[in-house]
Amino acid sequence: MTPLLAVTVLGDDRPGIVAETTALLAGLGGNLEDSTMTLLRGHFAMVLVVRVDASAGELEAALAPLASDGSLDVAVRAVAEGAAAAGGGTAYLLSVHGGDRPGIVSAVMAQVARVRGNVTDLTTRLSGELYVLLAELDLPAGADVEALRASLAAVSRELGVDASLRELDADVL
Amino acid sequence: MLPELPEGRVLEVVRAPAHVLSAPSPEVDPLDPAVVQLAADLLATQRVSPGCVGLAAPQVGVAARVFSLDVTGHPKARTVHGPVVLVNAEVLVASRWEKGREGCMSVPDLTGDVKRAGRLRVAGLVPGTGERLEVETDAFEARAFQHEIDHCAGLLFLDRVAGAHALHQRRTYL
Repeated sequence: MTPLLAVTVLGDDRPGIVAETTALLAGLGGNLEDSTMTLLRGHFAMVLVVRVDASAGELEAALAPLASDGSLDVAVRAVAEGAAAAGGGTAYLLSVHGGDRPGIVSAVMAQVARVRGNVTDLTTRLSGELYVLLAELDLPAGADVEALRASLAAVSRELGVDASLRELDADVL
Repeated sequence: MLPELPEGRVLEVVRAPAHVLSAPSPEVDPLDPAVVQLAADLLATQRVSPGCVGLAAPQVGVAARVFSLDVTGHPKARTVHGPVVLVNAEVLVASRWEKGREGCMSVPDLTGDVKRAGRLRVAGLVPGTGERLEVETDAFEARAFQHEIDHCAGLLFLDRVAGAHALHQRRTYL
């Protein structure tokens, strides 16, 4: 089977980065599987998982024109097949907001890790003095959700932020 | 729908992370002259704030279950009751949940996708008369009622967004 490679592109935003990256990948016959791209504090950040008949080194060389002016960093690494989440857990959304200070994410996530919760999606935003963290979590079957709520409330009080944890809706239509 | 109110004063709107926005407010006496004045002030502040369809007491720094609301002319509104001020309001019946994007004057640079009931019955007390008022509404006005009642309970839309990718930087089209 053709290998699966993860491509990371980071740097200064400008129009055309997605078009140029995907044109180079298409030129090699690559097929995009999963991808995500966003702006972080105005900086371009994209990760693509592409199935392409090339080694990581070959693909990185092929994408080198993107990085030639120094405004973008491009990295490629091989990723394993079938690394999809094991499942069996329950999806929750953790919402934390409050005054910005260092250490909010680490203090909150330590509580999640203690119950073997797995973060499947994470967004944080700093908006003026307001810091907002939204994390989608898979909590394993049997996790003590009420105990996690209590420990999140305790660290939130120390940090002076508000935290809420609720089960994510999954309406199947 | 609107009781007789004194002249309202325009108050300063506080922004998250102000503590008053994340603590549940106490119920208040609808006949207390300070509460009646607060209702008038909320309406006056809302009226001078472009795009503002509702304002709750915690947003002007006052811990009290009071809000004003007026979705008149909003393109997403169906049922419209015009300007409303309510004290100690609560949701009686909620159904037809729909996801929609909403913002907040107290979180000025972000918007979020929030599931709200599209059919709603709320009850509250009218400031100045103390009369119990029940309002049945839908669509955008229902969303606005839920947003304001949440403020009175110390909740922001940030507590209700639909997922990690449901938070957005507000676009300005000026």
